Amino acid sequence: MKLLSRKATCNSHGQDSSYFLGWQEYEKNPYDEVRNPTGIIQMGLAESQLSFDLLESWLAENPDASGFTRNGESIFRELALFQDYHGLPAFKKALAEFMEEIRGNKVTFDPRNLVLTAGATSANETLAFCLAEPGEAFLLPTPYYPGFDRDLKWRTGVEIVPIQCTSSNGFRITESALEDAYQLARKQNLRVKGVLVTNPSNPLGTAVSRPELNLLLSFISAKNIHLISDEIYSGTVFSSPSFVSVMEVLLERNLANTQVWNRVHLVYSLSKDLGLPGFRVGAIYSNNNTVVAAATKMSSFGLVSSQTQYLLSAMLADKKFTKHYIFENQVRLQKRHAMLVRGLKNAGISCLDSNAGLFCWVDMRHLLTSKSFDAEMELWKKIVYQVGLNISPGSSCHCAEPGWFRVCFANMSEETLDLAMQRIKDFVVSTATKSSNTGRSHHLSSKYSARKSLSKWVFRLSFHHDSENER
Amino acid sequence: MEFSLKNEQQQLLSKMATNDGHGENSPYFDGWKAYDSDPYHPTRNPNGVIQMGLAENQLCFDLIEEWVLNNPEASICTAEGANKFMEVAIYQDYHGLPEFRNAVARFMEKVRGERVKFDPNRIVMSGGATGAHETLAFCLADPEDAFLVPTPYYPGFDRDLRWRTGIQLLPIVCHSSNDFKVTKESMEAAYQKAQEANIRVKGFLLNNPSNPLGTVLDRETLIDIVTFINDKNIHLICDEIYSATVFSQPEFISISEIIEHDVQCNRDLIHLVYSLSKDLGFPGFRVGILYSYNDAVVSCARKMSSFGLVSTQTQHLIASMLSDETFTDKIISTSSERLAARHGLFTRGLAQVGIGTLKSSAGLYFWMDLRRLLRESTFEAEMELWRIIIHEVKLNVSPGLSFHCSEPGWFRVCFANMDDESVRVALRRIHKFVLVQGKATEPTTPKSRCGSSKLQLSLSFRRLDERVMGSHMMSPHSPMASPLVRAT
Repeated sequence: MKLLSRKATCNSHGQDSSYFLGWQEYEKNPYDEVRNPTGIIQMGLAESQLSFDLLESWLAENPDASGFTRNGESIFRELALFQDYHGLPAFKKALAEFMEEIRGNKVTFDPRNLVLTAGATSANETLAFCLAEPGEAFLLPTPYYPGFDRDLKWRTGVEIVPIQCTSSNGFRITESALEDAYQLARKQNLRVKGVLVTNPSNPLGTAVSRPELNLLLSFISAKNIHLISDEIYSGTVFSSPSFVSVMEVLLERNLANTQVWNRVHLVYSLSKDLGLPGFRVGAIYSNNNTVVAAATKMSSFGLVSSQTQYLLSAMLADKKFTKHYIFENQVRLQKRHAMLVRGLKNAGISCLDSNAGLFCWVDMRHLLTSKSFDAEMELWKKIVYQVGLNISPGSSCHCAEPGWFRVCFANMSEETLDLAMQRIKDFVVSTATKSSNTGRSHHLSSKYSARKSLSKWVFRLSFHHDSENER
Repeated sequence: MEFSLKNEQQQLLSKMATNDGHGENSPYFDGWKAYDSDPYHPTRNPNGVIQMGLAENQLCFDLIEEWVLNNPEASICTAEGANKFMEVAIYQDYHGLPEFRNAVARFMEKVRGERVKFDPNRIVMSGGATGAHETLAFCLADPEDAFLVPTPYYPGFDRDLRWRTGIQLLPIVCHSSNDFKVTKESMEAAYQKAQEANIRVKGFLLNNPSNPLGTVLDRETLIDIVTFINDKNIHLICDEIYSATVFSQPEFISISEIIEHDVQCNRDLIHLVYSLSKDLGFPGFRVGILYSYNDAVVSCARKMSSFGLVSTQTQHLIASMLSDETFTDKIISTSSERLAARHGLFTRGLAQVGIGTLKSSAGLYFWMDLRRLLRESTFEAEMELWRIIIHEVKLNVSPGLSFHCSEPGWFRVCFANMDDESVRVALRRIHKFVLVQGKATEPTTPKSRCGSSKLQLSLSFRRLDERVMGSHMMSPHSPMASPLVRAT
């Protein structure tokens, strides 16, 4: 008899994808300004380190929240014992209001419809468990965050069918793409239970447009299916057009309290907007009481630490702070984004026009030796090993077209980003020089003496190699 | 076509979302609802329901709070700890902070009297023990497969092991005739029954110390169990969540000791579940631990831990706290002493009116024998009695039926989640109830199984009050030393 379950021995955890393998290579040879200046620069981690100073100064001014005290009195015991899966009321209220603020107060959130989960990872899985049976499917626009393969499919047995988006229209969702995906699912005998979109998009970095949101609502209405809107990056919109939540569009179309209203669910987290991925704060918001009830019970498998709920309830309730933080963080993101775009442009590389997220969707199609995913992988290996940058290849995001890469910009210092841009420029120049010097071998600058030869690189497929998990 | 709302929801949502797999419609939770709507408070609601259905450890918060106060750097948000804030807040590696794993491994070793070593690299985080159990079920079994579990058992297992995983729990029925011990015969019988029903058994779930019994498994039984699972090539999941709540003899023996010292077995079959919710009283912090001797399970469970990682803010706090070995030594021994005192207080108080309890040496509860108060020996009668206890005596205790006990009349009563005053009130209420029922007997010379107390106390309330109040003033370190306790 097989010792372990099918789930334990399959590859559905998705960790063999290049998305995670790049990280492993980074782990082995991480860049450090002083200790390892020729190491690999991590640009595959969608994380923001830009505004920690703001958090730290808030903490310094608010000792109560940190030290288990309220008005100087110890509440340690109360917190240590608090395991109610309904969550700390003060925290849910503060979180709901924070979410409203990010949406310019154009929607209201009832804290009772909020379910706390251990990160958005858990929120997405929980929704999949609640909305679909094993063997049923969700439609997802490509390219999409690689972690969804694990979060939505692994333990739930649910399938993902792609809604193919292409560069011809900036990867926007179209009616025909939606319909094609639906039919594709049917052909595979998969009953479609819903559509999941990330808004703003990961990896595109674009806020989903109003027309697209309207299209999605019409589509799910007609097909009588759910819509999950993962709005984890909602606070990272740094330039126009401003963020529009699907909840706002529902209200605009007077769909409050209709059947469609009951089939739209949000996922949120503080990992991106506040830069606190370690704290595991995720949430599901739904107007559907049955979903809220079921998801709440399921949250037992991944509650948010009461210690963390307490800290954040105080932080998010400080409206002066949150307002300033959201604004300032966006300013800094915009600046970084501009730096990356400029730096890439300088190397003759363009990006998809984007106004959100912690990354750019970079067009390296012109650097491919052929229009294929093999060529994309080849280019990716060069970038990881020769250029020394861990970026995420589009194929790991299920992109339909080869040559696109997601490059993160908010998880490093300005100097490091500068260096990364320099390395890319040098690489592009040397590649151009090389191709114009056919027959002559070309040596890259000694700056990259730490590069490994390709023969040492093995595309490992065993799931025994653990890695950080990340968006 | 019109659908009723329920029908519609069932069409729209998964079966899982609308079935009863969460187990919350069980009577176990009904009592809580009664408590929630009428909770006891010494001044604001002195006639309210006293919560005795919650296995929580509140006896050592004074020590813990003192430690927290004296160690501000353990919080990353204080001035002393702030320099770690960013590093901790962005750390999301599912391996967990190394210092956290090291500290937890050390603590687990200490709890087992340093008789075994734990490898921090085998420590996997989970969303409480709740998450650990579910993760193990996902890793070890496919839908429709089964785990065997001795009865009576913690009701939450029905949800944790089965709800989203699709696996089954099959009982190994245990009886009061031998103190609910697991026997070779009962294990074999359960296994055979599964075979006959064409159900594939993948594992054996053990809770040691036992919830709800409060007993620790003896070495011989543990060896029998390991031998059994090894022979059948099935997994052993050992939930040792109450390992540091042992307050008297016999001592706790961990499965890790058995496989290390007592019997050869395939270690790929052995997995531990742990948590800080009971031993330290931190259920709110969601610190669940899965420890496996099987590399593939560690690897898989670690990936699954993404669904329930421990907040790094909490990991940091726990790492600091548990690496302070002076503190951990103190808390383990003090907790033990205070639990012993509480346990003794209740069991002696019950013995006074002839109510027996299963002899136990661990846990935050005891297993109370109310069989002779049943109208008849049925579960209906047990439920009737339970409703009376909740609504008239105003104590939320947990009926044996909710623990899948095979015999009616047993109740689990928690004692570590309240203050001394509540204890006094609870005992008074029980005494009153039993006397009014006319069911009081002469104080039992407790059966040898229920421990050989040399006490004989009168039934007068006054004497009882004195005794209880006396215990109030007694040193928690010497429950038997009060001059108010008269030995015969």
